[in-house]
Order: sequence, then C-alpha cells, then structure tokens
Amino acid sequence: MSALTFTLKIQPRQRVDLSPLTPDNLAGKPAAEIAAIELYSGKQKLRADTVFDIAGDDASNIVIANSCNKLDFIGHGMKTGRISIHGNAGSYLGLQMRNGEIVLHGDADAFAASGLSGGLIHIHGNVGDFLAAAIAGDKQGMKGGTVIVTGNAGERVGDQMRRGLLLVEGNVGSYCASRMLAGTIGVFGAVGEYAGYGMRHGTLLLTQTPALHATIQDCGLHTLPFLSLMFKSFSNLPTKFAKINKNRVQRYAGDLANDGKGEILVLQ
Amino acid sequence: MIINGVTIDNTFAEAFNMRGTRVIITAQNHKWAYNGANAMTGFATSVIGCGVEAGIERELSPTETPDGRPGVTILMFAMGSAVLMKQLETRMGQCILTCPTAAAFSGIDSGYPEITRINLGKNLRFFGDGFQTSKQFGGKRYWRVPVMDGEFITEETTGMVRAVGGGNFLVLAESQPQALAACEAAIEAMRKIPNVIMPFPGGVVRSGSKVGSKYKSMFASTNDAFCPTLKGLTRTELSPGIESVMEIVIDGLTDADIRKATRAGIAAACELGAQNGIKRISAGNYGGKLGPFHFHLREIMNDESLGKKIA
Repeated sequence: MSALTFTLKIQPRQRVDLSPLTPDNLAGKPAAEIAAIELYSGKQKLRADTVFDIAGDDASNIVIANSCNKLDFIGHGMKTGRISIHGNAGSYLGLQMRNGEIVLHGDADAFAASGLSGGLIHIHGNVGDFLAAAIAGDKQGMKGGTVIVTGNAGERVGDQMRRGLLLVEGNVGSYCASRMLAGTIGVFGAVGEYAGYGMRHGTLLLTQTPALHATIQDCGLHTLPFLSLMFKSFSNLPTKFAKINKNRVQRYAGDLANDGKGEILVLQ
Repeated sequence: MIINGVTIDNTFAEAFNMRGTRVIITAQNHKWAYNGANAMTGFATSVIGCGVEAGIERELSPTETPDGRPGVTILMFAMGSAVLMKQLETRMGQCILTCPTAAAFSGIDSGYPEITRINLGKNLRFFGDGFQTSKQFGGKRYWRVPVMDGEFITEETTGMVRAVGGGNFLVLAESQPQALAACEAAIEAMRKIPNVIMPFPGGVVRSGSKVGSKYKSMFASTNDAFCPTLKGLTRTELSPGIESVMEIVIDGLTDADIRKATRAGIAAACELGAQNGIKRISAGNYGGKLGPFHFHLREIMNDESLGKKIA
C-alpha cells in the first residue's frame, strides 16, 4: 500500500476547506468515492479530483503535496493516522484533532492546533497568530497533545490553552500564554510583550527573560525538581528541547490581575 | 530432610490474601531517601496493631528513579484496600511530605493482572492551600506542593495489587545468639529478593503467637509450644537442645515471590549449619484452615527453579 497522496493541481482563488480529508473519514473508501468528495471553497463545492491529483490507497497515511496557504482545516477532528503536508498550510491546521500525527513541511496560518486534545502536530516552519488558542466561541484552546514548531510563531500563542505541551523553537510574538488556563508552553527564542497576560495557571518556559508587565511577579531563583520529570518526558520528542538538562530557573508568577497562579520559568 | 545438619520440618507456612502497594521515594541523596522511607515504614510490623505491614524493598540508583535522584522503594501491605489507602495517605502526609527534599512516585504501573489506582499525593496537594499545581507528563499526573524547602513533588496515584502476607519460617537454635546470627544471615539473603519485605524489627520477630488466650480480651497470645523456657510446662514443639526460636515473616506481591524469599532465607540460615547451633527450621500455620496459601518448606527447598542449588 502506498500513501494516499493529494497533489494540489490548481491555484485556489478562495480558501478550500479540507476537513473531509482525514484518515478516519477516508478509511475504506474506494478511489472513486474519494475523488467525488466535495470540498467547500467559499460558497462553492469543489470535487476533490478537480482540486487534487489523487494517487495511492493507504488512507491511514495521507500526503498533501504542493500544498498552499489557502488549504484550511487540514486534519480537522482526526482521531488516527498521519497526514504529511509538503508546502504551506492554511488556517485551523489540526483543529480539534484528537489523536494521530500531522507533520507540516512548510508554514501554517492562524489557529493551528486550536482545540487539539491529543496526538502530535509537528510544524517544520513558521506559524501565524493564535497557535493553540481558542477560536471565537470556544472557552479553551488546546486541551492536550503535543505541538512542536521549529520556526517562529505569531501573537497570542496558547491563548486560553487548557492542557498539553506546546514547544516553539524560534521566536514568538506578543501576548504569549495570554489567559492560559494550564499546560506547558516552551519557547526557545525571544518572546514579545505581555507574556502571560491574564494567565491563570500553567507554565511558560523560556530561555531568555522577556519584558514583563507589572502584574507578573518575580519569585526568585530556584532549582525545581519537577523540571527533571518534565525534561525526561521531552527526551523522546524530535525537538531541541529534548537536550535541556538543567533545572535552575528564575520563577515569575502571575498574572495577579487575573488572580493567576501561572508561572514563567526562565532557564538560567 | 536435612541441609548441612539442619532438619527441615515436614510442615508448611500458612499465608493470607492481602493488598499491597509499592511507592518510590527519592531525595537529594540516599541518606534522606532512607530518612523518609524509614519514617514511613516505621511502626508497621504487623497489621494487628499497626494497620499495615511495611518495609523498604530495595535501594534505587539515580538512573532507576523517575526524577533521576537516588531513591528507595517501599512495599506496604494491609488486610483490605480501605485500610491500605488510609494508611498510605496518612504516612505519606506525616513522613514524606515532611521529609526534606523527598518526593514520592508510583511503584506499580504494569505487570500484574489487576492493578487498582489508589491515592498517593492526590489529597496531600491540599496542603498547598491553593498554591499547588499539577503537571502531566507521559500520561501521569504529578502534584507540586510549595513547601519551605522548595517544592514537594508527588505522583497523584500509585498501583495497588492483590498480594500475599504472612509467609514465614522459624529458626530453632541451641542459643539465642546463634538463632539471631542465622536470622541475620537469612535476612541479608532475602533482602536481595525483589517484591518482598520482612516487616518486623530487622526482619526478625521473637514473639510468635498462637490464636486465642486464657484471657478473654486477648485474641492472640504467646506461642507457648515454641517458648524454650516452657518446655516442661506445655505441649512443647522443642527438643531438649533448643534454647531459642526466632521467626521471619514475609509479605510479598505474589506467592511466587514469597517462595523465592523463603528458599533464599532458609538456605542462608542452613549455611551456618549444625556446627553453629542451628538445629531445625520449622514454620507457623493454623492447621491449613485459615489461609489459602501454603508454603511447604521441604517442597520449596527441593524446588531448584526457585533459586541456586543447595548443597
């Protein structure tokens, strides 16, 4: 069996909703049925085979080739299998994904990993704003699982994030971990203004001290034993966070304006 | 059956179903892991008066522990799950939460047919008065409780399994020092066997009991048949040359573990042999009617699958 490959053959004029193309949804479907799947693009419906050249038959291993940033909702709600994307992805990558794996070799737009509750999203590139944040109407962003971004991320990373692990190897924009409810965010690079704005719980792990606003308070320099457990849990992940082996941190807590007990840990 | 001049009685030890759990205690160094673990397993010799029977199973190197620090494992046994859960929580709160640098982790996660998750630090978190935080790594939840030395780390739960308690054997010797020397040798050998503890002081008990008493309020009393000073007064089990008897009680996670420990212990005691005053090895039972597990001494000593060959 070879990977079920969708190679983009048109330049979409509007955004295309790829949410039907998940391993769970395509499992056991004959090629003709997959070709006839209708994808929303604005108010139009496009047959899958008018957008993509479709080859292969292993629905548990989907490849989207020649991808572009107009392809939204890739891996929406997927529960199993793997999607690899070569090229850029649009917004809502892995929205409400429950399990499985998405590997993106390119950049993603806004709201990647929003509502993620399990599985792994590995982005070899940059992501837009609202990574792992809650979409409008949702009260929680990412709820579980693991996200690794090798490049940079935009603003509001982890806004209202509830649980899970989010690792960004590059820089992130302003309001990182804003209104964060719990979970862990790690950023290897620089962090913009207002990190931890309105943060209630959770951990933001940094390597350099950001400009902090007044309601984030310095709790001093500490050697925290739980970091050994955390870094041990990173050890199998394909990220440079796996190589961290020190647990001496400057601990900042807040956001006191939101009765917050979150923490910003800066590795020393 | 005679090993190195020591007679192995044709009898059996009778053991019971218990509930058991294992907890890993780590600390800055082994000294403080032992300080915590010794406190937690203190006053835990017999379920009759202590609620649980507990002991340190073995030492762990930093590579063997969840947080990469030196540690020890504790085994704890009780007659029922409710008692075990209550005792575990109380002892964790008084002995590990309080012990500088100590942390506690689950010691049973897989490998047994039926594992029940019981609270380890789940309720201790409230000591944090709202400043406690939880973290999940690898599907396990840990609690971080701020304390005066930094942070107390504990896993939320540990595993409880069906276990076996009350395996035993008796060492009958010509003198008290000789009986004790044989027991010390036995305990040293038995501490190398995993999944078992010998809960009494130093692993040895000198006050073996029988069921019942002449006093109405007592449901157990001294085992007069094995008391050397009563040889002329009671239906004694002791021959004239025996002056001292000591017992080793074994609790284990499975009956196979107790068999292995029994064999290792008896073999070590017999190594001292008749020339060091060790006369007989016997065992305590209630006629086989009370406990579902019977450990026949001769059968165990003949079973070479349980341990190294005995000369």
